[in-house]
Amino acid sequence: MDTRQELKVQKKREHDQKQETTIPARVFVPTADIYESEDALTVILEMPGVEKENVEVRVEEGMLIIEGRLDLAQYEGLLPLYTEYNIGHYARSFRLSSKTDQTKIAADLKDGVLSLTLPKAEEAKPRTIKVK
Amino acid sequence: MITAFADPFETLFNIQRALQAREASDWLQNQTTSQGPFPPINVFQQGDDILAIVELPGIDKNALQIQANDNTIRISGRKAVAYPEGVSVHRRERSTGEFDRTLSIPVQIDADAIKAEYQNGILTLHLPRAERGKPRTIKIA
Repeated sequence: MDTRQELKVQKKREHDQKQETTIPARVFVPTADIYESEDALTVILEMPGVEKENVEVRVEEGMLIIEGRLDLAQYEGLLPLYTEYNIGHYARSFRLSSKTDQTKIAADLKDGVLSLTLPKAEEAKPRTIKVK
Repeated sequence: MITAFADPFETLFNIQRALQAREASDWLQNQTTSQGPFPPINVFQQGDDILAIVELPGIDKNALQIQANDNTIRISGRKAVAYPEGVSVHRRERSTGEFDRTLSIPVQIDADAIKAEYQNGILTLHLPRAERGKPRTIKIA
């Protein structure tokens, strides 16, 4: 039996913006994976085409805000013949439920995939309670 | 059979979003955006040559095969997503699996001079037009 899982194109979801932007570019929501281990929360986002220096990650009032800007200049002077996807910047935010140590957030961008490691604050780590 | 919607509002919102997205599409203006198999490809013309830009985030370069013919390009590979052991997954949106796609180019391309570049999750294929396929100016004798 063929157990191969076939990949489907994921439709890009447009970012619902609360504020209006000053630039006429589109903003998309990057697809994300989130997993939690005992001492850290990991957020992985797919942002194809974004350069390392154009990524901004910050934590504000318990919200994790991620922005990735695409360099649209490389598309200048190209004549589209056949197109299947649109391009734009990336933006997404998450409300953090557990306390994270903001000073220790680590970010790594590789092949258009951004990995964020948010270490949990000491008081938020799970504790084993001993019965006396 | 009764077709039930899990959430009728969600369905309505999705329709509205899709309509708005169509309306707000400023890039590529009045040209329709097609839908094909994975991975999504944009094809551009750059002077005489063809440029194919493929969105493929998080692929192992070694797991990507590109085969070229006179006027077809075959891109196949595997997109893997791995989670470390002992973690609890909260959200899983990234897709994983195998893909195999053949793209037909309407012009003759020089298969030996194709250049492929994979950077920041974008695969760029430079497809130079074959000499014999280039338009010629015919002088009237």
